[in-house]
Amino acid sequence: MLRLLSQQLRLNERDLHDTSTTQTDGSSFNASMQTSPASMINQYKFEEEEEDADTKDIFVTVDNPESHVTAIETYITYRVETKTTRSEFDSSEFEVRRRYQDFLWLKGRLEEAHPTLIVHPLPEKFVMKGMVERFNEDFIETRRRALHKFLNKIAEHPIFSSSEDFKIFLTAGSGELTSHKKQGPGFLSRMGETVKAVAAAVRGVRNRPQEFTDMQEYAEAFSQKISSLDKVTQRIVREQKEYLEELKECGPTYALWSQSEQELAEPLKNVAGCVDNCCKETEEQVKHLNDHLIPVLHEYVLCADTLKAVLRRRDNIQADFEGKTEALATKKADRDAMRDELDKAEDRLEWANNALKTDWTRWQKVMRTDLRSAFIDTAERNVSYYEKCLAVWESFLQSQRTDAEGNGNVDSS
Amino acid sequence: MADSGSEEIAVIGNTDLTPSESENNLKNTMVEKGTSLLKMMEISVAEAEKRTGKNAVNMQETYTVYLIETRPVDAASEGTNPVPDSLWRRYSEFELLRNYLLVTYPFSVVPPLPEKRAEFVWHKLSADNMDPDFVERRRVGLENFLLRVASHPDLSSDKIFYSFLTEENGWKETVFETGFQAKADSRLKALNATFRVKNPDKRFAEMKHYGDELQSVISQLLRVRARAADRLYGVYKVHGNYGRVFSEWSAIEKEMGDGLQSAGHHMDAYAASVDDILEEEEHYADQLKEYLFYADALRAVCRKHELTQYELEMAAQDLTSKKQQREELATGTIRTFSLKGMTSKLFGQETPEQREAKLKMLETQIEEGEELVKERNAECEEFVKSAWVDIERFKEQKDHDLREALISYAIMQISMCKKGIQVWNNAKECFSKM
Repeated sequence: MLRLLSQQLRLNERDLHDTSTTQTDGSSFNASMQTSPASMINQYKFEEEEEDADTKDIFVTVDNPESHVTAIETYITYRVETKTTRSEFDSSEFEVRRRYQDFLWLKGRLEEAHPTLIVHPLPEKFVMKGMVERFNEDFIETRRRALHKFLNKIAEHPIFSSSEDFKIFLTAGSGELTSHKKQGPGFLSRMGETVKAVAAAVRGVRNRPQEFTDMQEYAEAFSQKISSLDKVTQRIVREQKEYLEELKECGPTYALWSQSEQELAEPLKNVAGCVDNCCKETEEQVKHLNDHLIPVLHEYVLCADTLKAVLRRRDNIQADFEGKTEALATKKADRDAMRDELDKAEDRLEWANNALKTDWTRWQKVMRTDLRSAFIDTAERNVSYYEKCLAVWESFLQSQRTDAEGNGNVDSS
Repeated sequence: MADSGSEEIAVIGNTDLTPSESENNLKNTMVEKGTSLLKMMEISVAEAEKRTGKNAVNMQETYTVYLIETRPVDAASEGTNPVPDSLWRRYSEFELLRNYLLVTYPFSVVPPLPEKRAEFVWHKLSADNMDPDFVERRRVGLENFLLRVASHPDLSSDKIFYSFLTEENGWKETVFETGFQAKADSRLKALNATFRVKNPDKRFAEMKHYGDELQSVISQLLRVRARAADRLYGVYKVHGNYGRVFSEWSAIEKEMGDGLQSAGHHMDAYAASVDDILEEEEHYADQLKEYLFYADALRAVCRKHELTQYELEMAAQDLTSKKQQREELATGTIRTFSLKGMTSKLFGQETPEQREAKLKMLETQIEEGEELVKERNAECEEFVKSAWVDIERFKEQKDHDLREALISYAIMQISMCKKGIQVWNNAKECFSKM
């Protein structure tokens, strides 16, 4: 059933390329569609069974960053490998190279085609503060991981994964991709859409249904909370690093001391070793936080922004509809054409609302899964950290006990 | 018990005293050794109190007094529980006692007092002498000091020490009456000896060097540890923010709300747990500090050796030069320069009577000199013998105590890890319910 739906939607996307539509921000609605979107939405159900890993039929990886130098610029490309059993793909394996711009393009296309669906965020365009070189290893690796997640989230999305643009992104050679990119709606029509979008935004929506206001409030609150969590986690990482710096001096001090001692030399050296081991564990733990929890939190900070943007776009579609309703009520000429446009606008609105509601629910589930597993992972890592440190100190105690027994110093306790 | 002021408080035989305080490992060492006051008497510094009064320059001051309680050992073991004898002392009186002991028993490694001012503090710890935590730790340190002195083979039988524990009034006067202050070596004298001594006992030179190293390395360790404690505090406390945000976040979520809320509580517990952890570590730091100050006491003994050795060398040197003078006078040859010799050369020889008189004087001086050298030599040997015995005793005590301290540090770390494991396992369970 999902297949049927995705085929219908692909039809939509091809129509988009005709530039025969005039809509506010490029919704994929086309007057020539046979079935009404309302009836289609009824079919747009999420069947969770189809989403679990066992039935996953497409696997995408992003790896192998390489640097390219040209006369004008230096940029990085990433290898994107796809393995799939889907019939719409000509082959079962693909390997292409893509740069960040290409990912941006894909995201833009998906948003244009589905303005009220939630597209997983891309890593940020520019470097974060504090980084000197755009292309240092850590930055590239962080970006690579985020790009990998992005594509996988697209692949897991019931609507996006059947997107033609997505397929082309995964399979087309660089020449083919470039020419495909040029096919999008022309500059002028896009300008026209932007103007209409601004006009709609300025007009504002009059009768926003309560459920969308609730979503708005949620998005605001969620954004605040997740940003706080991001900041708190970053602060923890900073404090841990500073703790590590101090701890690193403890071991050597014990070792230094052991050099002045005789009987105490061995236990002191032992303690020095224990402290050094704990340092290593602490270092690993910090790295894990940095590599796992922080990127996830950061993604969801960006997601929160996406939620707000999606709600805004929905509002604009509604504003457009309300505007057209008003126009019909007041103007006398061209009533037929205007009624036609109003119907389209109404359908577009219904489509947008339903798509958003469904995708919102889906997004919440995904968010819950992602964040839950990220926190569980962090908790497990912390447990493991403490277990390892515990073992280190217990082995010290053990060595002291056996030492005492060896020297015949045991108290009969 | 408090009125048997006999000089020799000797209890022969092994009394099986097992320490009741798990914290105070010292008691293990102390009670095992031979004759000591501790076998007869229970000593504790039970309380601390603030007092205000007029000081020496007639100004109001606030100070802390400590309650010293003593009780005969037998009474406790017989089952009766008499009220302990007690008196109040302030820190300056402890200092006076210690100074007296330092001068009177220069060959002993005298136990140190807890620090006068809080050092090696990290941010949460107060550097204020009036702070209740500082006062509490000082109380423990003072008790420690008394117990150490009371179990020392030489110091424990000292009368002044005994009356410090038992006679509240007039003790200060008694101490001053001993005239110990006059016997104290001046700093200058000691410094002079250190630079000029020619043949100090090698072992003492090594000990002094060891004392220097010990002081340096323990200071460094205490500094590093304090900084690390500061940072660790920060790490734990920031997790408290998780608690707050989870709680706020749970308010806007439906299914995730409960899991988040309870996870938040565990984060709060985690943040709070660092206070206990660091308080325990302070005990460890105090144990290290004791030996930091002990290093000083050790060096004092070595310096005293240098002084006695130097004085012996000076006396011997003086004797040698006097003997040479006698020889020259007797044979007429002048090998040593003397103003008298030069002037007599320039202005004429001495009369035989004069020479006779001089010779006689020299003989007397030489006799006295030989006596002095014998005396000083005996002193030196005696000192070396006694001091080395105490140094060996100290070494054993130090090795034992510090090893115990390291073990208790490891136990602390283990306890901290176990708490961490528990909290994060709990948190994980809550997260699973999200």
